[in-house]
Amino acid sequence: MAAVDDLQFEEFGDAATSVAANPDATTVSIEDPGETPKHQTGALRGSGREEDDELLGNDDSDKTELLAGQKKSSPFWTFEYYQTFFDVDTYQVFDRIKGSLLPIPGKNFVRLYIRSNPDLYGPFWICATLVFAIAISGNLSNFLIHLGEKTYHYVPEFRKVSIAATIIYAYAWLVPFALWGFLMWRNSKVMNIVSYSFLEIVCVYGYSLFIYIPTAILWIIPQKAVRWILVMIALGISGSVLAMTFWPAVREDNRRVALATVMTIVLLHMLLSVGCLVSFSGEHVLLSQISPD
Amino acid sequence: MAEAEESPGDPGTASPRPLMRDLKAVGKKFMHVLYPRKSNTLLRDWDLWGPLILCVTLALMLQRDSADSEKDGGPQFAEVFVIVWFGAVTITLNSKLLGGNISFFQSLCVLGYCILPLTVAMLICRLVLLAGPGPVNFMVRLFVVIVMFAWSIVASTAFLADSQPPNRRALAVYPVFLFYFVISWMILTFTPQ
Repeated sequence: MAAVDDLQFEEFGDAATSVAANPDATTVSIEDPGETPKHQTGALRGSGREEDDELLGNDDSDKTELLAGQKKSSPFWTFEYYQTFFDVDTYQVFDRIKGSLLPIPGKNFVRLYIRSNPDLYGPFWICATLVFAIAISGNLSNFLIHLGEKTYHYVPEFRKVSIAATIIYAYAWLVPFALWGFLMWRNSKVMNIVSYSFLEIVCVYGYSLFIYIPTAILWIIPQKAVRWILVMIALGISGSVLAMTFWPAVREDNRRVALATVMTIVLLHMLLSVGCLVSFSGEHVLLSQISPD
Repeated sequence: MAEAEESPGDPGTASPRPLMRDLKAVGKKFMHVLYPRKSNTLLRDWDLWGPLILCVTLALMLQRDSADSEKDGGPQFAEVFVIVWFGAVTITLNSKLLGGNISFFQSLCVLGYCILPLTVAMLICRLVLLAGPGPVNFMVRLFVVIVMFAWSIVASTAFLADSQPPNRRALAVYPVFLFYFVISWMILTFTPQ
């Protein structure tokens, strides 16, 4: 609707100038009924999105990048500030998970599903589930491999949980941080059309790890070939989600830098997957050397 | 704490009385967990004594003998404690961040009390394990743990579900499921020396 577009641009102008004029007039969540019908891409907007975001009228990732600093209206020491990161409904989380499982070429995960409403719920709980899935199914597979051996004494291997947790959470936070820093640095040299905020990158990485949860559960099957095939499939799916998300962000850049960036992303992902698999089945390799005593 | 208070309306009460009142309150909440109905008792008069008792009992039963502490075995007392409380706090924070209108301590209270079925499962498992290991033994334990796990989930959902807006209920309940699943796993995999 052209009328809505005009309205959007008007709001953008007004709010921007008013914010510029009064820098400390922090626009707290005043729901002006005239401003709420924001039919951008409509349906996916959650009901709770009534802060600055509405008034400043940003709906594209590029505008998000410009106004990222002004998105959150509450100061960071209040609880409300962190609530904005959990402003998702159940169906939105499911949609995002679905999007991470079905990478369609040309469809950008961030554009399609996150749309400047990154959440921390998905990344955090997907990582938590993954940690426990790996630890529990590793334990189970060890048990099944040694079922019937008289000399095998079952141990729950509780330490594995802490190790797995450290690795997975570190990956889910440090790699996005490094990538974000790198993209910001390249952005200062080459003007990119598309750029992502730190939270959006964390979001993509978090949701891309979802495929590893069923993979970890299926790793209970003690066949080496099956495990490697599963890892390849998982790596293929989540790697392509990541690659297709970040390709538009580096495309404008020098060809070699762009390719190197995407390759590094995929390589790190591969390291994580293979590392998990090796540590998962590594125990059984060790134990099989000890047990025939 | 019990000595300082005197129950109102009972002048000249001896000091053990408030302790009995607290114990009765805890016992009443246990009953509410065992027969979960939609009621506000757990939420209105929250207390953390019940969760503390349950957590300590569970941790004591789950810990291994000191001879085994060097090997990579099951959790130690402190680890169980940390998992339970850290898990409960995380779930509570998650629930509040999603916009639930339950207070911090009320949520901790509910989550702590709903560990009761799993503590009972731990007791039963330990008794069953005295009969010696074996597949039948394992099946019995598995069955008991599954039933108690389901009971915990049903009990805590009955109390917590109403505090969330309906479009986020599943998001708030899933971490509870994960939490009790991990505790159930620790109970099921407990092997005595």
